[in-house]
Amino acid sequence: MSVRRLRRPCAVVAVLALVLLFAGACSGGSSTAPAGAPTSPAAGPDSAPPTGTVVVSAAASLTEAFNKGKAWLTTTRPGLRITYAFGGSNALATQILQGAPADVFASADEANMAKLVMAGRVDAPVTFARNRLEIAVAPGNPRHIGTLGDLGRPGTSVVLEAPGVPAGDYTRQALVSAGAVVNPRSLEADVKSAITKVSSGEADATVVYVTDVSAAGSSVEGIAIPDADNVVATYPMAVVKDTKNRAGAEAFVRSATTGEIQQALRAAGFLAP
Amino acid sequence: MVMAVAALVGVALVVLPLVGLLLRTPWSMLGADLGDPAAQDALRLSLVCSLGALAVSMALGLPLAWLLARTSFPGRALVRALVTLPMVLPPVIGGAALLYAFGRRGFAGRGLYALTGWRLPFTTGGAILAEAFVSMPFLVVTAEAGFRALDRGYEQAAATLGASPAYRFRRVTLPLVAPAVAAGSAVCWARALGEFGATITFAGNLPGSTQTMPLAVYLALESGHDGTAIALSLVLLGISLAVLVGLRDRWLGQVR
Repeated sequence: MSVRRLRRPCAVVAVLALVLLFAGACSGGSSTAPAGAPTSPAAGPDSAPPTGTVVVSAAASLTEAFNKGKAWLTTTRPGLRITYAFGGSNALATQILQGAPADVFASADEANMAKLVMAGRVDAPVTFARNRLEIAVAPGNPRHIGTLGDLGRPGTSVVLEAPGVPAGDYTRQALVSAGAVVNPRSLEADVKSAITKVSSGEADATVVYVTDVSAAGSSVEGIAIPDADNVVATYPMAVVKDTKNRAGAEAFVRSATTGEIQQALRAAGFLAP
Repeated sequence: MVMAVAALVGVALVVLPLVGLLLRTPWSMLGADLGDPAAQDALRLSLVCSLGALAVSMALGLPLAWLLARTSFPGRALVRALVTLPMVLPPVIGGAALLYAFGRRGFAGRGLYALTGWRLPFTTGGAILAEAFVSMPFLVVTAEAGFRALDRGYEQAAATLGASPAYRFRRVTLPLVAPAVAAGSAVCWARALGEFGATITFAGNLPGSTQTMPLAVYLALESGHDGTAIALSLVLLGISLAVLVGLRDRWLGQVR
């Protein structure tokens, strides 16, 4: 019993230390210093600058560009707080259909946006970017993959994105066009999860967007897909109808079409809408 | 009064989602949804993987439980804490850790792959390993308690009658701890059956080879195929209830 008495304060101290550690880890990420902000921010025609929080459900491929654009946008619009939910466009569309509290939806394909348009959940969408597919392989391309057809070679471990995930559907189109047959080892929930399987060495190759390959830096190498087989991905964006911050949501869409976020998209290698 | 209200809300917290699931179930389509080839694949694979994980857990976990209960060695408390860690560790972290150890570039998986060309991620074996990692502690904890609670007089009596240690373990110890082992196995199996995070992180997701029922439910929900998702969810719910009913004397009986 006396041992237990002695131990209790230690346990309390240990738990407190853990909580503090956790709190420290949480606050660490909030100090994001914007770097290299563009010189000519697009000033909106509105009189009062939009404020408040805008929740943006965005395709996983937009992760790096949108985060950089957010740093730039919030420098010129200090009152605006932007929160992203990145994921597969199909998963995000389903979440919004079921009432997820998003203000803006940015999809990597028109099919998932169409689901929300038909359900009357979003305003008219606007195309804000385009993208192309690329094969991602390990640095140095140890498997000597040159074409989509090479992905079907026996012993090549390929992961793709699940059906319904835009990149996966685009890839299947490209494979059909190239006459390639691939037996994927896994069907991932979004492009980031697919490219991670290659950068971690678990898979030999995957097909993602050109921008995902450049965002992954030196951890993967990109193999271009010829125009004849490649697919142009179209990215539409729309304000969710029951948004509680319409001014903020519209400011975000404006920035994505003509402002800071559009500049960040182009810097990341996205094509003009 | 306040206590009663809180308790009622507590019950509602558990029951309402189940009611929601049942209300959304398209009962007339249930047969067709479960007969769907994708659902059949997931059902079959879940059975294979969860039973495989149970077999691994029994082969490795029972000796472990016995050693923890019966022997004293330096660092025993630490070993016990380590092997029960997956019970509280977020399963996704477990999956990532498995990848760093047994993945193609993992420190243990690398050698295996170089020597044999064989690897665990993206294989049914990988799914079984991920499920065993998460579920084995449930068997170890329950079985260890069973070994501890055992009256050693029976084994000593068998020993004085000339029974060898192996014979004693097989014919005296095991039958006596059988109820604890059975209960531990049921919980271990149910946990393996429901495993999601470690499996999708370590083994990936491919219908027929690593897409178990929870993964199929998650992906069906994401792509708006609610029917399949709900049908598979009902199967998992039914199995969970069956395990609970089977264990009611062990878990709920003590309260009476």
